[in-house]
Amino acid sequence: MRPTFLQKLARGAVYLLLVIVFCGPFWGIVATAFDKNTVQPGQLVFWPSVPTLDHFIYGWVKVKAWLYLFNSLVVVIIGTFLQTLVSALAAYALARKRFRGAAVVTLVILSTMMLPDEVISIPLYLILHAKLPIIGVSIYNSYAAMILPIVGWAFSVFILTEFMRAVPRDLEDAARVDGAGELQIFWRVILPLVKPALGSTTIFGFLMIWDQYLLPLIAVDKRELYTIPVVLRSLRVDEILQQNIFIAVTVIATVPCIIVYLLLQKQFNRGLIAGAVKG
Amino acid sequence: MSIDPRRWRWAAPWLFLAPALVFFTWFKFVPIVKGLIMSFYKVKFSGQSQWVGFANYERALSDAALHAAAWNTLIYVISTTIAGALLAFAVALVLEGQALHVRIVRTAIFFPAVTSVAILAEVWRILFYPAAGGVVNSLLGLFGVGPQGFMSDPNQALFVVILLQIWKNIPYNMVIFIAGLAGINRELYDAADVDGASPLRKLWHVTVPGLAPAFSVVIMLSLIRGFRVFTEIYTTTGGGPAGATETIMTNIFKTGFDRLDYGYAAAVSFLLFAFTVILTIAHVVVKNRLART
Repeated sequence: MRPTFLQKLARGAVYLLLVIVFCGPFWGIVATAFDKNTVQPGQLVFWPSVPTLDHFIYGWVKVKAWLYLFNSLVVVIIGTFLQTLVSALAAYALARKRFRGAAVVTLVILSTMMLPDEVISIPLYLILHAKLPIIGVSIYNSYAAMILPIVGWAFSVFILTEFMRAVPRDLEDAARVDGAGELQIFWRVILPLVKPALGSTTIFGFLMIWDQYLLPLIAVDKRELYTIPVVLRSLRVDEILQQNIFIAVTVIATVPCIIVYLLLQKQFNRGLIAGAVKG
Repeated sequence: MSIDPRRWRWAAPWLFLAPALVFFTWFKFVPIVKGLIMSFYKVKFSGQSQWVGFANYERALSDAALHAAAWNTLIYVISTTIAGALLAFAVALVLEGQALHVRIVRTAIFFPAVTSVAILAEVWRILFYPAAGGVVNSLLGLFGVGPQGFMSDPNQALFVVILLQIWKNIPYNMVIFIAGLAGINRELYDAADVDGASPLRKLWHVTVPGLAPAFSVVIMLSLIRGFRVFTEIYTTTGGGPAGATETIMTNIFKTGFDRLDYGYAAAVSFLLFAFTVILTIAHVVVKNRLART
């Protein structure tokens, strides 16, 4: 049964409505950030009447959006890398090794999926303040305080374990016969075979860390260390910025997530579904 | 003397696990235990903390501000869960399939789901600016509705932050529903066609039952995430006006970081944690039961 013209039109209208509702606000802030005419708070323009980069330049240089963006990138890049590496190492042991205590370790790690990070914020704050064992320094007010608490992430351990389990035993045995050690098997055999899963955990880790709010809020209190999501609120509350400039900074903050999503969309959808079905 | 590598085989998995165990222990398990211990003390940031037994928990039972926050949280969770699931289901029905234009629309409407909550909050504050010139107020003006107070109006604020959460959740839930739709057996639709079933009957008797697992996941994730809502509130209204949008987590945050009442904040956190664990276990039980039938 071919759809009639009217049905097609109705479908088109629904698509348009969805795009307006979900993308319209983003379009509005981008257009307003590029518009030379200053807007009142709460107003957005549909199209920049006189296009300009002034607001971006002011926001980047004077408001120091570059610094907050840099902080965010440091945290998210190092954080995602460490998180993925630590998860992959753990997943290798859990998926490919039989050892006493494996079931207990799996249960203990997975049980933290039930733990909302928010509910440990109070003790975590005190722990970040406390001096670390052995090295005797506190990591409070440092990048480390924003990065280290998110390195252990059960979701990524879980997804990688599931995918590593599916790798056939023969491949590993063949490598072992050729004299490969554990690290070589991990690095050369298993990791390349779970690349799609690594892609998913990387993008989810990236977005999860980029979205962190409460952690940076309690981990640092120096403005120079604020990440860009955290600084937005204080820009609004503490400083009376001209509306277009504030919006330009908001746009700068939005760009990295959108880029990462568009680049890694396939991995993103796969991870979302794997996480939903298995989690 | 040579080292026999086989003797050390047992250590290999533990070496691979070591980094993860260190991070999980220090930043997850130690805080849980510390939080539990703190909840029995009147904690002083510097100086001796004082054991108070169950006093913090007793206080939670009779704390009117906390109860109001819990009530707001409940309203928030139930409405975002139901509306988020039903609307996402409807959107998934419209955007199912592999055609190029459908995929483009799906990609486009995903932006809110991948953008940080803090950014969405600022976008929301602009859209729902409580003056006649605000975006939503201008739109309402077209229909002859006067300017609304939105997040500055205690009667509307909770509703507006609920809308934000629904807006963010729909694209996420939609992807789960679309995956579920793809898994429904085509033959069931063909059989229904043979029986001359109307589209609505097919939807109700084939699609909805086929999506039961997807509904279960979407609803439970939304419930579990909803009860600990913090950033969405903190960045939009900060819990105001007049406590109209205060939730359990913003209440805990203020107790802990503004009033420095760590012990009490830890006790309330622990109650919230226990509640989340119960919900999660309930989810697993329900899911297993669904899988069996």
